Amino acid sequence: MKVVKPALPSPDKRWKIVDAKMRRFGYQGHALIETLHAVQQSFGYLDEEALRFVVKALHVPPSRVYGVATFYNFFTLKPQGVHTCVVCLGTACYVKGAERVLAAIERAAGIKSGETTPDNQLSLLTVRCIGACAIAPAVVYDGNVSGKQTAEQAVEKLKGYLHNAA
Amino acid sequence: MLLEELIGIAEKQREVRKQICVRCCMSAGCMSSQSAEVKTALEKAVAERQMGDLIEVRRVGCMGLCGPGPLVSVEPNSLLYEHVTPENAGSIIDALTSAGPIKAERCDPQHPFFTRQTLVVRANGGRIDPERIEDYIEAGGYRALHHVLTEMQPPQAIEAIIKSGLRGRGGAGYPTGLKWATVAKSVGKQKFVVCNGDEGDPGAFMDRSVLESDPHSVIEGMAIAGYAIGADQGFIYVRAEYPLAISRLQVAIRQAKQHGLIGSAIFESTFNFNVDIRIGAGAFVCGEETALMASIEGKRGQPRPRPPFPAESGLWGFPTLINNVETFANIAPIINRGPEWYAGFGTEKSKGTKVFALTGKIQNTGLIEVPMGITIREIVEELGGGAPEGAKLKAVQTGGPSGGCIPAEHFDASIDYESLTQLGSIMGSGGMVVMDDQTNMVEVARFYMQFCMEESCGKCVPCRAGTVQMYHLLAKIAARQATMKDLELLEELCDLVKNTSLCGLGQTAPNPVLSTLRYFRNEYLELLQPAG
Ligand SMILES: Cc1cc2nc3c(=O)[nH]c(=O)nc-3n(C[C@H](O)[C@H](O)[C@H](O)COP(=O)(O)O)c2cc1C
Ligand code: SF4
Repeated sequence: MKVVKPALPSPDKRWKIVDAKMRRFGYQGHALIETLHAVQQSFGYLDEEALRFVVKALHVPPSRVYGVATFYNFFTLKPQGVHTCVVCLGTACYVKGAERVLAAIERAAGIKSGETTPDNQLSLLTVRCIGACAIAPAVVYDGNVSGKQTAEQAVEKLKGYLHNAA
Repeated sequence: MLLEELIGIAEKQREVRKQICVRCCMSAGCMSSQSAEVKTALEKAVAERQMGDLIEVRRVGCMGLCGPGPLVSVEPNSLLYEHVTPENAGSIIDALTSAGPIKAERCDPQHPFFTRQTLVVRANGGRIDPERIEDYIEAGGYRALHHVLTEMQPPQAIEAIIKSGLRGRGGAGYPTGLKWATVAKSVGKQKFVVCNGDEGDPGAFMDRSVLESDPHSVIEGMAIAGYAIGADQGFIYVRAEYPLAISRLQVAIRQAKQHGLIGSAIFESTFNFNVDIRIGAGAFVCGEETALMASIEGKRGQPRPRPPFPAESGLWGFPTLINNVETFANIAPIINRGPEWYAGFGTEKSKGTKVFALTGKIQNTGLIEVPMGITIREIVEELGGGAPEGAKLKAVQTGGPSGGCIPAEHFDASIDYESLTQLGSIMGSGGMVVMDDQTNMVEVARFYMQFCMEESCGKCVPCRAGTVQMYHLLAKIAARQATMKDLELLEELCDLVKNTSLCGLGQTAPNPVLSTLRYFRNEYLELLQPAG
């Protein structure tokens, strides 16, 4: 069977990365999750244009693409802020006071977990467990894990962020 | 690749080894406290002092004691340093030649935390460079695969695993050899081997550490399984939260392919085996085997009823063997040293060793590997060093959201599948979160219920609706607004959800509530309001 390949949505080079991923799987439906990973890695989030493109390229129904994109916590349909702060709420972090750390960050940044500041500088997220339990509580700032965080340290770190970015 | 070449690689490694090896942990835990910079500082110190002929600085995987990282060890001098910083790393090199005082903090390698362990799965952790296949080969790697391919028929390999008594380390403890035999007997045009590296249990990081520290041990175990059951394709499903584990696996798979240790005609036999990685996307339920396979197929990770079990109808409907990371990491040692050796550890029904992630309110946090049958007290008090100053231990949580809290009065219980179940908890995958008397048990139950509520995939009603109701009841109790009636309703719901949910997530979601009610009922009662 000849695979009919839809045109890339734009000349943006990042689509080539996404396309390469799908090609590796022969544009088969089971490439869906890997493809969405590639899109999110390249563009930061999954927008409607991307989802529609994946629907056509992999020949899967839109309901399935949307279903998968919303089922998994890792995928986000909203653009993220310039910086991200992910607070781990795993058991070990919880026992060591992660909720206090999160509350302090929420207060300082004026947003709740899952939100982005109005100036788009910071997205605050929580995660189930990043496996850094021995150095709990852990917070991931822009992809870098920091262990044994206190509420004060976390807020201090973020001040630096918001300040730097301003 | 031939055996001679494998031996050749190992010998060449030994020849180029320097007299002194300074090992620097480069696992996720230590790397979060600058161990990459520490390693650079160590290398710079060696270069500046022109000691490159004598001293080698090696990146290694997890040494276990993750709490006070970064860790640096020196062999053959048996020195261990903790909290090493890029600033004081150079003094470790100076001290080796008495050129200067040691400024880094010493850590006692003779502490029971280390001496009470029995290393099988973690034997290479903290010793070899996980990104160099040569290191793994030098440590005896891929010899088991060679032995199986050249000296054993598939049924004999299965027999060896049965004899070892190994049980699945993913939680349920199903006998591994029996599972292999079932898949081997299933007929199918194709078969698959799947490695479950989803490790969703919060508070557990054994599998992350194995994948980061010794990825080849998992690949070798999978290849042996593939030969035993007649599969030529393997998948490792790793959660996206473990980026370092994923990249180390990618490196390992590439190197194994280059060396012909996976791919076609392995060791010039007729056996072909390939391994691919699939990355999870943050759904706890995907650790459940049928959900995991749906996820590999690119679908929403929702469990389906069993039977049919994956052994008959798994990935794309083909017979599929699914085992946990640690289960696979046990395979090569069992083949190399014999099933009798392995069965020599542990209790009658729980053989071998188990890796635990020791965390929470305890002095020494990190990974330990201990023989089954050890008591909780030995782990907590001897290896773990007991409670932090001024605190009193109250309970140990095992099995995560599917498990329960074991109170201090039962710390003399033996760690094996049956005893833990009897105590109302489970072995689980190996998370062990220690709680002190500051911990509020109703809050703990609420925490886990919130987890299950949010992670419920929503496919079946008892779990989807039941976890929400139980969560609200727990929140109501915690807020001192509930009466005895609410508690009774909670207990009824526990029973209902446990018995009518489709998959393990729902079936075990009530466990944390049930076990805290069993041992800490007073804490619930104190919060209740008189009916009125
Ligand atoms: C909700 C749920 C989550 C699970 N998560 C994991 C997991 O993260 N890792 C794992 O190995 N097994 C997990 N399991 C168990 C698997 O379904 C399966 O039993 C296991 O991977 C089999 O491997 P084993 O026999 O080597 O233990 C989970 C089960 C359930 C019900
Ligand atoms: S028990 Fe829960 S997680 Fe499992 S299938 Fe039902 S709703 Fe989904």
